[in-house]
Amino acid sequence: MPVAKSLKTIGRRVINAVWRIGYAARFFAMTLFYSGTSFRRFRLIVKEMFSSGVMSLIIILVAGMFVGMVLGLQGFETLKRYGSESALGSLVALSLVRELGPVLAALLFASRAGSAMTAEIGLMKATEQIAAMEMMAVNPIARVVAPRFWAGVISMPLLAALFSAMGVFGGYVVGVVVIGVDEGSFWSQMQASVDFQHDVLNGVLKSFVFGLAVTAIALFEGYDAPPTAEGVSGATTRTVVQSSLAILMLDFILTAFMFQGA
Amino acid sequence: MERTTLDLWVGAFVVAGLGALVVLALKVGNLSTYNVSESYELQAHFTNVGGLKPTASVRSSGVLVGRVTSIVLDTERYEAKVTMSIDKRYQFPKDTFANILTSGLLGEQYIGLLPGGDDVMLASGDEFKKTQSAVVLEDLIGKFFTTSADTK
Amino acid sequence: MSAPLVEVRDVNFAYDNRPILKGINMSFHKGKVIAIMGGSGCGKTTLFRLIGGALKPTRGEIRIDGKATHELDQQGLYEMRRKMGVLFQFGALFTDMSVFDNVAFQMREHTNLPEEVIRDLVMMKLHAVGLRGTHDLMPAELSGGMARRVALARTVALDPTLILYDEPFAGLDPISLTVVGQLIRKLNDALGTTSVVVTHDVQESLKIVDYIYFIADGVIVAEGTPDEIHASDKPFVHQFVHGEMDGPVPFHYPGGDYRTDLGVSA
Repeated sequence: MPVAKSLKTIGRRVINAVWRIGYAARFFAMTLFYSGTSFRRFRLIVKEMFSSGVMSLIIILVAGMFVGMVLGLQGFETLKRYGSESALGSLVALSLVRELGPVLAALLFASRAGSAMTAEIGLMKATEQIAAMEMMAVNPIARVVAPRFWAGVISMPLLAALFSAMGVFGGYVVGVVVIGVDEGSFWSQMQASVDFQHDVLNGVLKSFVFGLAVTAIALFEGYDAPPTAEGVSGATTRTVVQSSLAILMLDFILTAFMFQGA
Repeated sequence: MERTTLDLWVGAFVVAGLGALVVLALKVGNLSTYNVSESYELQAHFTNVGGLKPTASVRSSGVLVGRVTSIVLDTERYEAKVTMSIDKRYQFPKDTFANILTSGLLGEQYIGLLPGGDDVMLASGDEFKKTQSAVVLEDLIGKFFTTSADTK
Repeated sequence: MSAPLVEVRDVNFAYDNRPILKGINMSFHKGKVIAIMGGSGCGKTTLFRLIGGALKPTRGEIRIDGKATHELDQQGLYEMRRKMGVLFQFGALFTDMSVFDNVAFQMREHTNLPEEVIRDLVMMKLHAVGLRGTHDLMPAELSGGMARRVALARTVALDPTLILYDEPFAGLDPISLTVVGQLIRKLNDALGTTSVVVTHDVQESLKIVDYIYFIADGVIVAEGTPDEIHASDKPFVHQFVHGEMDGPVPFHYPGGDYRTDLGVSA
């Protein structure tokens, strides 16, 4: 009976998926529950902030600069048609602070730091380092997972802010220095349209949520990876795919909540 | 426990990140022109606020002097009651006009203040007596068509 | 003879419904080095995880110092593991820490010793395995044999009363193999601990252990001291010790008739 067989397969897949979601939720809860150690020994978080935050700096700064420059160029071309080149500053700043900064920084963070986190934890599991830690009566969630989680959550908004600032600078370079938009109107239009609470703080909140999602996915995929070379590489791919999708979906939801009406 | 180069890098990263936030707040955002100096509240009633929103700017001769803090419907008069906070540095005569204007043809709406000649200045909690509502584009177009039909 | 440190009583274990271990009985006495041997996939590693409390037996019980492992909660299990040292296959050194930090790991996690004391202790442990000079290297910079010795130093960092070795000889060259073997024996005698070595390296373990259990297909097929094993005429033991190709453990995986498979039968 091929129908019965395929129904069975589908059923098993669904059950497995639900099972995995439950396991992921418990993993996340455990991570929060055992976070005390990382804050008592803040050194652990600092060490991980180096590998996730500092190591992502170059890519974030360079990417931010180029995105800002492209915005400056494209924005100018479009605004010129309506004779409102002076609004270039506000166009560049608003798109960066509200959307592009948090989203692109998070996507880059997912592929740079998230995949590295998954691979590292997956390998620690494959080479029995996680098991060894358990047998030494040290909780690997508290010692390995939680510090990486908080390091990612702290690093993400800082990286997004750097991305946006760098982007504004890139837009300034192209718009004002190269094309020759009036410097005064570039900055004043920007300041008049960007609201600190409404735009900047909401952007920070977004990147905080993205950081939470990316690190949680990366750590879970690493911890759940089959302890083989194929298992770890598969998990790394899943981290990048899932966290990218999660970032974009969350961005839509957050944007709908933040910028409705007002 | 001693300091290491790693701490230096992480420290530099945190300082740079916070610095970028400050830049976004002061240079890019309007935190420097808003909330920093003390302000006082003024009110105005409009028959129609159009697309005016809270946090919209209040300008006089094009200079940003304050922001709209709230827009509610006053059920005693069935008119919109707009509250705005104005920078303490700027005082306005009692007969100042408050108009809802649009920046550009389709731009954002803001309140423009046109000062009168009265010697008495508005104090906190006072109201602009003379106001002009938002120009609603549809009404304008409608009026244009009816008048052009009439002249025919 | 005093009560054994570890007692394995009639332990059965099955993954899903596939039985791995069937009615295992063992006892490990203080100060001894015991080997658990068998071919690949015979359930050695499962047994080892059962003793470490990472798995619970389907039936039967394992008592360590009189306490049944399957009755312990997380807290109790962690308490028990503090008195236990485990050397994993290939060492399982923490790759993001230096050799020094690896050995110091448990001291920092479980004690409040000042850093100077930890430094002295780590140096003593590293000296015992002959690798004091490697303390600021990273695990990736060590050879396989050296990594195994560092892992050994880390295993004995808190002077455990029971040490479990999972395939300590796997993938080592003959010199490193002898060194690790001798170290296992020496550390056991110096610390007065009990060591359990799960291995399939017959020749090396026969040199250093006090007692041997042979496991095949989930049951104990033979046991005894090295002398008894050497003298044993049981066909399985003979095949295993001498590494013969065919015997009770067949060379051919059970299959149909060879001629039928080749399609040459009439």
